[in-house]
Amino acid sequence: MIRDSKDLQRYNASERANHWAVGISFILLALSGLAFFHPVFFPLTQFFGGPVWARILHPYIGVVMALAFLVIFLRFKHLNKITRVDKEWLGKVRQMVEGDDHNMPEQGKYNGGQKVMFWALSVAMLLMAVSGIFIWRAWFGFDVTVVRLGAVVHAATAAVMIGLIMVHVYAAIWVKGTIRAMWYGTVTRAWAKQHHRGWYRQVTEK
Amino acid sequence: MALQSLDILRRSATTTPSTQVRSPVEVAKLIDVSTCIGCKGCQVSCSEWNDIRADVGSNIGVYDNPTDLDAKAWTVIRFSETEENGKLEWLIRKDGCMHCADPGCLKSCPSPGAIIQYKNGIVDFQQENCIGCGYCVTGCPFNVPRISKDDGKAYKCSLCSDRIAVGQEPSCVKTCPTGALSFGSKEDMKEVAVQRIANLKTRGYENAGLYDPPGVGGTHVMYVLHHADKPELYAGLPKDPSISPLVGLWKGFAKPLATLALGAIALGSLFHYVTNGPNEVSKEIEDEIEKEDAP
Repeated sequence: MIRDSKDLQRYNASERANHWAVGISFILLALSGLAFFHPVFFPLTQFFGGPVWARILHPYIGVVMALAFLVIFLRFKHLNKITRVDKEWLGKVRQMVEGDDHNMPEQGKYNGGQKVMFWALSVAMLLMAVSGIFIWRAWFGFDVTVVRLGAVVHAATAAVMIGLIMVHVYAAIWVKGTIRAMWYGTVTRAWAKQHHRGWYRQVTEK
Repeated sequence: MALQSLDILRRSATTTPSTQVRSPVEVAKLIDVSTCIGCKGCQVSCSEWNDIRADVGSNIGVYDNPTDLDAKAWTVIRFSETEENGKLEWLIRKDGCMHCADPGCLKSCPSPGAIIQYKNGIVDFQQENCIGCGYCVTGCPFNVPRISKDDGKAYKCSLCSDRIAVGQEPSCVKTCPTGALSFGSKEDMKEVAVQRIANLKTRGYENAGLYDPPGVGGTHVMYVLHHADKPELYAGLPKDPSISPLVGLWKGFAKPLATLALGAIALGSLFHYVTNGPNEVSKEIEDEIEKEDAP
């Protein structure tokens, strides 16, 4: 049901499903992975049928996330080229965070912060996938030094990535009218004009 | 079983003290490689007492059999041919868990209570709590733990903790026919070693010495070596083993800090929302859009 036929389509159904595949697998990976990260999180293994199942399932869910993210990456990489305007936006990000967006330069479909998030997550995903293979003993048997390196990189990158995703989720909650784009694919014209004026003008031809 | 042990120094993935009101004496097994004849009686007694049999392998042209430690072979004799002092030497070393005072396996283990270090020095795997991740293998400086293909659990020498708990010596020590293996308090074993080393020195082994590597806080399995200056000669016994700095990074102070940082991001976001309010579409822009729509 479309509430307002003049709402703007930001994501099509396939893009939304793709994002949810990454999102769901990320949440499962973060919960099971944190359990092995520090003892304080160990009880999280109960969500997976106990610690042994958590250990068995975690890497397979990782494969799902890596593949789903790869598709997202290929879909959106051309929209995330960092430009001079993005750098200007990033330079003023403090004002934005403090709630004043009057001095922010006009942004296309993604702003500088979103682009940095895109590339940071891409690098993190790559590091997670490669280091994850290094420590996946059920299928691989690398030299112990490689395994040790993999364990450090996997844990450190995971912590950074969980932090990035917390920021990603909070940004979506903070900027009202955003989350519906993830559910239904549409945003209001006012939302687009306020936050992504360049994109708004491009799709409305105004 | 550790269920009623009151002498647990450390327990894997546990951040509060374990039950440790009792203080038993620190024990050690001393392996005098110079009196070992490589009969493998210790392998057999280990197999017998623990009721485990490694699969029959194939002969690879040397005496090593089985050729490596296994979930069902917790000790193996390793043979090395080397030339020292201008003559051939056939070095024989009983390999197995060293029961480090600073155990890399225990520090790496993510599963609470899967690895326990008793105050007497024994590092024991509690397989019922093992999740099969192999982190102990990653953490061990001596490449000792093995993951079983049957049940996915990690296994290694227990120093016969079950026998020692009832005042017996480990089964390998009990069976050794040449007296190459001795067991007792760590202090006593060091004294036995001193005598053995003095004897070896009189026989021309100037570099004879005790292998009790300080890099892992000392071990509860120690060797008397004729070439203590070159432990690598004995099938690659590490010269100065310690927990890898990578494992230190992985399991050290960084993790609690990262946990706090993540908590700070979550709380920071909440308080940002509460103090700065949401970022909503301004009334101004909404009015502009409405004006456009007006006929």
